[in-house]
Amino acid sequence: MSLGRPLLRTSYSEDTAIFPTWFQKGAASFLLLSLVLMALGAPVFGDIPKFLLGNTWLNPVSKTLTFAVAALGINILVGVTGQVSLGHAFFMGSGAYTAVVLGGASDDGWRACIPFHDNLGLLEQQGECGLGLPMWIWLPASGAVAAMIGILVSPAAVKVRGLYLAIVTVGLVFIGLHLGRMLPEYAGDFESGRKWPKMDIRLWKEETPLVALNEDGQWFGLIYLSEEQKKFFFLLAVVMLMMWFAKNLVRTRTGRALQAIRDRDVAAEVMGVPEFHYKRLGFAISSFYAGIGGALFASLNGRVSPVDFGLLLSVDFIAILLIGGAGTIAGTILGTLFVELLPRMVEKLTAWMTSKLEGEGTISAIANFLLTSGQEGDFGPISISTTSPGWPMSVFLWNLVIYGVLIVVFLIFEPLGLFGIWLRVRNYWKGWPFSY
Amino acid sequence: MIIFVQTLSKAIALGSIYAILALSFVLIFKGTQVLNFAAGAISMAGAMFMSILVADAGIPFLPWGNPLAPDAGDTASIPMWLVHLVIALMLAALLGLVLERIAIRPMIGQPLFTMAVITLGLEIAIRPFNLDAVAITGRSVGIPWGTETWSVGGAIFPKSYLAAMVAAALAFVFVFWFYRSRFGIAMRAVAFDQEAAMAQGINVGRVFAMAWALGAALAALAAIFFAMAPWPPAGNVSLEIHPFWVFRVLPVVVLGGLDSVVGALVGGLIIAFFEIFAGQYLAQWTSILGPGYSTIVPYLVMLVVLLIKPFGLFGTEEIRRV
Repeated sequence: MSLGRPLLRTSYSEDTAIFPTWFQKGAASFLLLSLVLMALGAPVFGDIPKFLLGNTWLNPVSKTLTFAVAALGINILVGVTGQVSLGHAFFMGSGAYTAVVLGGASDDGWRACIPFHDNLGLLEQQGECGLGLPMWIWLPASGAVAAMIGILVSPAAVKVRGLYLAIVTVGLVFIGLHLGRMLPEYAGDFESGRKWPKMDIRLWKEETPLVALNEDGQWFGLIYLSEEQKKFFFLLAVVMLMMWFAKNLVRTRTGRALQAIRDRDVAAEVMGVPEFHYKRLGFAISSFYAGIGGALFASLNGRVSPVDFGLLLSVDFIAILLIGGAGTIAGTILGTLFVELLPRMVEKLTAWMTSKLEGEGTISAIANFLLTSGQEGDFGPISISTTSPGWPMSVFLWNLVIYGVLIVVFLIFEPLGLFGIWLRVRNYWKGWPFSY
Repeated sequence: MIIFVQTLSKAIALGSIYAILALSFVLIFKGTQVLNFAAGAISMAGAMFMSILVADAGIPFLPWGNPLAPDAGDTASIPMWLVHLVIALMLAALLGLVLERIAIRPMIGQPLFTMAVITLGLEIAIRPFNLDAVAITGRSVGIPWGTETWSVGGAIFPKSYLAAMVAAALAFVFVFWFYRSRFGIAMRAVAFDQEAAMAQGINVGRVFAMAWALGAALAALAAIFFAMAPWPPAGNVSLEIHPFWVFRVLPVVVLGGLDSVVGALVGGLIIAFFEIFAGQYLAQWTSILGPGYSTIVPYLVMLVVLLIKPFGLFGTEEIRRV
């Protein structure tokens, strides 16, 4: 087996392999190794993300990993099964709230879990529901509950199609938000939210966790890691597992059936692929991913309110899918990294330009042109003062503008997303120096 | 009885506003096969144009300043305000034209969902400018009749309700007339079969532009009258009409059917009726239903209707072929 020429397959096993060529195997191992080295703060590798994202880069990257899990889910639903859904935030939220009900701490025990208990007079005051179970229960359970809800929703996908389905799922998000407002015993305060169970591995409810991911210290007595590093490695392992599962799903009988539904559901049914069964399966698996992602995201953040699972989050996932490249695992991960980390990079860049404001040279001239302090006689589109919401807009708002424009630009110029760009690069080099 | 009549008038007024915005959706969807999620941002931008014309600068390039400015005395007359309204709508239409040209025209013939996501991107990109200009407190759109009300037999009717109804009536009359005009017939032909229309010598690009300009103007009209109504934000464009308010209207559009003008009117009235009446008559159950429960009533109505009639009440059923 040579280094491998893309799209050249000499055997069936090669055709169905996860990494068909040696080059891909090598590249994947290198990427994984460099991620680990970056997190450990190795000399050269550790400096790259520090330069791009700032010194506290592990936190946003960990958050991105939790989003990647949920994004793999929407890839299965929209990219593989072809069912357009804007309701991913709802499934993510249902997973997150399952996690908090099963794993969260509560003074009032199970009695606080009865809806409207304060109306019924069961407790003196409004309590928060939580059973305090360990993570090996709440993490799979949050996926399972979200999957159940997905199964309940899936009949709508058979009855309602295309854009109408997208709008129905928008309705789900709003109903979910309202449930958050309606059930404070589960959701906590609507604005400020409530605390999520911490990421640590316990056997049952004992005091000292088996593996504490929440504090700095020795891990398995081998290596000294900070809290962020531990969480990062744990999430990385989860993401790898989920990617492996998603990749295997796509290349088996089930995955082929899902893709047949995507390409033409009537034709698939004529060929003997039961439409309802596979649409239900697509919804279930996608929601499972969303639930796990939501539980991890909320647990990582520590405090999340129902507002965070709003429509904008669903739109984020659609954007991730389209920017990354719909239907591909690598594209989904790329898209998540791009969408979630780009705002951080823009902020970092602005902060860097702010530090260059004083001084001479081209860079400070550009910085002077772009940035403004909001005082009279100082023009520029980006405001670095946080006081007034006037015309020079803050970096935060500019980030939103960039995000919206990026969605439009990608769809117009590169419908296959970042993965499509990679394909073009690969196809250029595969026959180099000949054009084909 | 008095409460019932007042609630009914409120429902019809809100329904009229919903119907105008839904009409904008329907026009654009029929004309160009795009579900325009950017309607929220466009409509709010239109209301912003109105606010800038009325409250700040006045009509640009005119020598006599702004006749409707707060410090201009009582020159604020309804005809003058209407002139400003027309200019604001034209500006919104211009915005629609520009968006169509740069983002929609290159994508003719792409799948429906791709187009819808492009408009979502537009929505996200335009929104910060609106947020930025509106600030937190909201901005006046300058209502000539203020918060005046009529009192009939004890029931109170704000004048803005009648204004919203009149605006909706005019918008629908205009659209029905438009569909019978030369351009409207061209638009219907394009909606029916783009290639055949092209072969007949219809300029499809111009039809697209026309649909977007009209749709954007209607969206702006809806936002301006929504801002004028006596419920919060009461006379202001503010974050209350936050850019995702377009999603409040999605149930209306879907209920009536994405491509039905009559459906927009009927859907708007039905949804507003359920929303307002639920808000009024279920208020004693708020502790169980949760605060703000009336805002999700439209979605529940939509879900029920869609599961019975998957293409809405008046929408064209799509025939599926292999």
